[in-house]
Amino acid sequence: MLDKHAKLERNAIAFVFAIIFVASIGGIVEIAPLFTIDETVEEVEDMRVYTPLEVAGRNIYIREGCYACHSQMIRTLQDEVERYGPYSLAVESQYDHPMLWGSKRTGPDLARLGEKYSDDWHVAHLINPRDVVPSSVMPSYAWLQRNSLKNEDMDLHLAALRKVGVPYTDEMIENAAQDTYGQARPDSEPADAFLERYGEDSNVRAFDGDPGRLTEMDALVAYLQILGRLTDVAHQQASNSTGGE
Amino acid sequence: MISQLTRDERSSAMILCALLTLFGLALGIVGRDDVLGWHGALLAFAGLALLFVVMRGYYDPNPDPDRITKYYDDPTKVGVIVSMMWLVFATFVGDWVAWLLVYPELTFDAGWSSFGRLRPVHTTGVIFGFGGNALIATSFHVLQRTSRARLAGNLSPWVVLIGFNLFCLMAVTGYMLGITASKEYAEPEWYADIFLVVVWVTYFALYIRTLARRQEPHIYVANWYFLAFILVVAILHIVNNLAVPVSLAHAKSYSLFSGVQDAMTQWWYGHNAVAFFLTSGFLGMLYYYLPRRAGRPIFSYRMSIISFWGITFLYMWAGSHHLHYTALPHWVQTLGMTFSIVLVVPSWASAGNALLTLNGAWEKVRDDATLRFMFVAAVFYGLSTFEGSFMAIRPVNSLSHYTDWTVGHVHAGALGWVAMITFGAFYTLVPMLWNRERMYSSRLIEAHFWLALSGTVIYVFAMWNSGIVQGLMWRAYAEDGTLAYSFIDSLNEMIPYYFARAVGGFLFFLGGVIGLYNIWMTTRMPALEDPPVYDLPPVFETEPAE
Ligand code: HEC
Ligand code: HEM
Ligand SMILES: [Fe+2]
Repeated sequence: MLDKHAKLERNAIAFVFAIIFVASIGGIVEIAPLFTIDETVEEVEDMRVYTPLEVAGRNIYIREGCYACHSQMIRTLQDEVERYGPYSLAVESQYDHPMLWGSKRTGPDLARLGEKYSDDWHVAHLINPRDVVPSSVMPSYAWLQRNSLKNEDMDLHLAALRKVGVPYTDEMIENAAQDTYGQARPDSEPADAFLERYGEDSNVRAFDGDPGRLTEMDALVAYLQILGRLTDVAHQQASNSTGGE
Repeated sequence: MISQLTRDERSSAMILCALLTLFGLALGIVGRDDVLGWHGALLAFAGLALLFVVMRGYYDPNPDPDRITKYYDDPTKVGVIVSMMWLVFATFVGDWVAWLLVYPELTFDAGWSSFGRLRPVHTTGVIFGFGGNALIATSFHVLQRTSRARLAGNLSPWVVLIGFNLFCLMAVTGYMLGITASKEYAEPEWYADIFLVVVWVTYFALYIRTLARRQEPHIYVANWYFLAFILVVAILHIVNNLAVPVSLAHAKSYSLFSGVQDAMTQWWYGHNAVAFFLTSGFLGMLYYYLPRRAGRPIFSYRMSIISFWGITFLYMWAGSHHLHYTALPHWVQTLGMTFSIVLVVPSWASAGNALLTLNGAWEKVRDDATLRFMFVAAVFYGLSTFEGSFMAIRPVNSLSHYTDWTVGHVHAGALGWVAMITFGAFYTLVPMLWNRERMYSSRLIEAHFWLALSGTVIYVFAMWNSGIVQGLMWRAYAEDGTLAYSFIDSLNEMIPYYFARAVGGFLFFLGGVIGLYNIWMTTRMPALEDPPVYDLPPVFETEPAE
């Protein structure tokens, strides 16, 4: 053994290949099958895509580093399910490029946040968390309400997402910018067009409380309100298993 | 700096600077409507500034024709200073974010200064800015001494060093501007990632070409580790950052993978960034500077072989311990746990090898704060690898994951191991580089040592406490079978620990400032008339043929 190694130590190129070979095995065995084995991600019928406004909101969530303090992955532990809701399934982040499972809970998990609070609550909380929860250490994000949403290039965003595998239609991509208005301005023409494309169940509201302006706050709140609601399968699974007891 | 380059090399340098400027301009122009434009401006400006520096020295006399008989240490010198500057900057930001968790109002009403954007500035600043520069600087130094040859290039070391720092600058300014891919320790966006690949290929080529010149038939252990660091980081970086940009004019991209596959790829990367950046590279440092400072050879050659291949093989399986009880298939979690536990063996072989090398030199450890830094580093390396294996056990992880215990673990490794071994290596290296008899002040080294050690201990104990309290409160049930505490209850318990951590962090930061000052003053000391001979010179008399 030692002799062989002494030989290896004399040959830099062989050493390089030895390192690459030895280091590659683990990743290949563990990662490659995740793309091919069917059981990795459940198949469900009702899984829907993020709307353009929600995509924009998700990008703000990423930009502000909310994931540094919040996870979006409820583990299969009793106390966690009781605190946050049914545990997270793989399919629920199927369209998450990148995933935002997080690694640290300075604040609570947000995987099932959607519709837990009103839009007004979120707006007040984001502007100053301590107005709502006095001992909170969450930063205030007052500028989101001041910044208009940059939405004219949303079509490019949706097109890029389609390239990595999210099933947006041509129509959705073409009208992406318009649809961000539609979703945040109820009872308008763009709103009707938006609902036609994304389904009657989609949220159409003036998320930031002001239908006249499309702000970053609109986008972020729209995203927060859809968390855990892209598919109902986790809740169904949970009620099936309690029903069976 | 410029005087060490020949006229031809100066011309090539000018071409490279001009290319950098043009690239920056192009990026700035296509990305003018996007935050990308700022990074174009940054690169263009850097290119112009460098061009100016080279032009100013262009007509200086050519370097000594016998430069091949000397080691090339200018890049190492710059790397050491820059590394310490990053340390001071990034631990300042670290302490700032630590205070933000106690006093959340301690910031400005603007995006760039909010916790979520500053936190990656801290992590990137310490890991890549401080750690990366330290690795590049020491690897150049070790490589030349153990090969008895000058670096196989006079311009390429600068390409590596300056290119790497431009990458770090793009990273930290990017987060503050709102540019991030959100993957931990891989936050920079696609164009910065590509830029780093170019730098990294240059680094590898330089390394392997210098090794090819070596006069010693065997490649020394430290170089195995540096090689593993360079190679594996390249693989990890490329795979984990695969993404589709929104357009060439957008900084934003969407990662190729999603959901569970993305999570596994990210933590395969994340865990092995710890392994090959923060462990392998620094073990390379340890294997060279510790025996030198102690004046004793490495205890066991056999143990170094076992630990090297053990670490290189096993670590790459362990990433899934970051995803216990999640939607990741169970078998992958189990593999991750198993390999993580076995990992303690090669890790302790390394730590043991270091400590046994010191066996017989304990009076030096007592008297010499520089060697004591390295001793403490080896102890913390042993402790945190044991802790890591323990935390990878699924039931333990159910408590520790998502809590401050992880942060405590990270910093036992980061402060106790990575930073301490670097300080020990720098204090050994700096007098050699500048041909001084010793550091400017040994009392300041002593002060730095105690600040760093007490800061680390306070930090780690505070986070162990807060982490375990959090974990226990989250899972506690009341008599009636409902959860006993709300999330806010657990948050309120954290205040004293977060306060203590911020104080400990401040001590550590202060130590870093003293370290930078001490190193700077050493470089300002008058040069010795006849400096001590630290190393045997390179073997070569003339430029070797390729
Ligand atoms: C410094 C860490 C930190 C950051 C960064 C952070 N939060 Fe929080 N967040 C908290 C804490 C702590 C709480 C619990 C106290 C509270 O409700 O304010 C919380 C609570 C919340 C809640 C209420 C959850 C619930 O179920 O009650 C929401 C929603 C939320 N945060 C959203 C966000 C968003 C969106 C961002 C990014 C724009 C963000 N947070 C960034 C720490 C953080
Ligand atoms: C003055 C000294 C330091 C202070 C005060 C400090 C503070 C912090 C804080 C507050 C966080 C965020 C924790 C959270 O989100 O709850 C953090 C994260 C981190 N720090 Fe430091 N830090 C210091 C030095 C270092 C050094 C020297 C390194 C590495 C060489 C390092 C590596 C990291 C890493 C990797 C993380 C991310 C941890 C995770 O994802 O869980 N830190 N630090
Ligand atoms: Fe890990």
